[in-house]
Amino acid sequence: MPDSLQLQWRHVGLIFRKELAAYFNSTVAYITLVVFLAITGWFFSSSFFIINESDLRILFGVAPIIFLFFIPAITMGLVAREKSGGTMELLVTLPLADWEIVVGKFLAAVTLIAVALGFTLFHFLTLLGVATNIDIGAIIAGYLGLLLVGGVYAAAGVFCSSLSSNQITAFILSFLIVFVFFMLDKMLMFMPGFMTAFIQYISIEYHLGNISRGVIDSRNLVYFGSMIGLFLLLAIRVLEMRKWR
Amino acid sequence: MIHVENLSKHFGEVNAIQEIDFTVNDGEILGFLGPNGAGKTTTLRIITTFLTPSGGRVTVDDLDVAEHSAEIRKRIGYLPELNPLYDEMLVYEQLRFVAESRNIVGRWFTEALHRVIDVCGIKEVIHRPVGELSKGYRQRVGLAMAIIHDPDILILDEPSAGLDPNQIVEIRELIKQLGREKTVIMSSHILQEVQEVADRMVILNNGQVVADGTTAELMAGFEGKASLNLDVKSASEASVTGLTRKFTDIKVRENSLHDGHGHLLLEYSTGHDLREQIFHYAVESGWIILEMSRTQAKLEDLFRKLTIENGGPHA
Ligand SMILES: Nc1ncnc2c1ncn2[C@@H]1O[C@H](COP(=O)(O)OP(=O)(O)O)[C@@H](O)[C@H]1O
Ligand SMILES: [Mg+2]
Repeated sequence: MPDSLQLQWRHVGLIFRKELAAYFNSTVAYITLVVFLAITGWFFSSSFFIINESDLRILFGVAPIIFLFFIPAITMGLVAREKSGGTMELLVTLPLADWEIVVGKFLAAVTLIAVALGFTLFHFLTLLGVATNIDIGAIIAGYLGLLLVGGVYAAAGVFCSSLSSNQITAFILSFLIVFVFFMLDKMLMFMPGFMTAFIQYISIEYHLGNISRGVIDSRNLVYFGSMIGLFLLLAIRVLEMRKWR
Repeated sequence: MIHVENLSKHFGEVNAIQEIDFTVNDGEILGFLGPNGAGKTTTLRIITTFLTPSGGRVTVDDLDVAEHSAEIRKRIGYLPELNPLYDEMLVYEQLRFVAESRNIVGRWFTEALHRVIDVCGIKEVIHRPVGELSKGYRQRVGLAMAIIHDPDILILDEPSAGLDPNQIVEIRELIKQLGREKTVIMSSHILQEVQEVADRMVILNNGQVVADGTTAELMAGFEGKASLNLDVKSASEASVTGLTRKFTDIKVRENSLHDGHGHLLLEYSTGHDLREQIFHYAVESGWIILEMSRTQAKLEDLFRKLTIENGGPHA
């Protein structure tokens, strides 16, 4: 049995802090955050004044679509940039385990997503000022659902970023993957009957729908957890493969 | 002690290195010399666990690199050919990042930081962004990262490439200084540099070891060529051809005779001295010798012979 590096959360923390600092030291994070806030704000306010809906359903509906672009954009560089800049050779020849690198980067992306979602609380506060009988439980569930969807997209993004040293390639790949996951639910009616149960099970929208309705079933959580785990494992495999090329 | 045994690596169809063997003794600076594409980086990447060999093995202090990857990475300090710096970090942050990955924190980090600042001479830039540093300082910071944990083994891939002459002198001095207490492998494609810095050299060409030893050992085994420079008058072309016909060992490398007047560069193997015979032949042929001087074979010639003339990339 080859010796391996023990799981060291402080190494995960090291990578996590480095990536978070990199996000906020560059303008990229600010630009993406502002764009995210602007788009959700636009959808929110137009629905707010026109339909006068007193919940965040519009936000929860539109955020997964914005995520399709937003998350590949914030994950595309995570591994690809290390490869093109030569720093990958440093990272993997330090006593860091591949999984510490991957998980640290993933958590940094999820944190940025959480910050972006945090900004949309402005919309929520606006709502509080105007509307009555707000279902706080549904709103918490809605945010949890978005964070979980964001997590799956981010894991897919880290995986795609590990496949290439080109950020644009990584962006396109991860956009395609998350787009397919997003569309599965909508293509259900074109699928042969025996596949619907399966497709439904792997469809993000189906599980998100459940959670947003306030039904936080362990099956839904297992689904999100295993999708995240799967993509992160794939990313770790890809990192290991460099040795054998 | 580093043992490289029968090591091979191929990338698809490309054989980067083929069955190479060499040893690095404790406390020695080994110069790893070879032209571009010889396989130096590939070999160093296997030793540092970045790549896995296709065949053969490397042991560091009797630990197989492939099996004890984590332990090896703790023991080795490595400066890759493409200096792996994060331009957005301050020099201090860059060093702290590497230190933390090696679990050097708090008081230990402060001590380590002061040590590498002193050794590498980076006090002036410690609070500057890495992206703003000159090439010379970048290389010093790269070295500082490699020695932050005070490793016994240091692996440097072309550490002086791209530096200006003054910076090259400085970085060589630094490597010599580090080599006093550490085992160092330094790759280079410049013979003079390896000669100056290293105790011993391994010469690589086309993925194979073509020479291994100290400068003196290599020269002793080198059956080189002696060159003879002649400035002559009234030497006919026919008599020059006649010379090579009479002494088949002699080759005319240069011939700039005009009306029998000019310069000849003759070459023959050092095994036997032909100067006397050449002199007699010249007299018989009626040449007037204005000057005759011999150049001894040099290590440069050996290096050229080993790497270029024998099917090297520029052959
Ligand atoms: N990742 C790789 N994929 C394909 N070929 C490679 C790779 N790395 C190196 N090579 C090839 O292997 C040979 C040796 O390269 P390298 O070890 O970089 O030589 P050096 O460091 O002596 O210049 C070259 O022909 C190079 O093109
Ligand atoms: Mg090289």
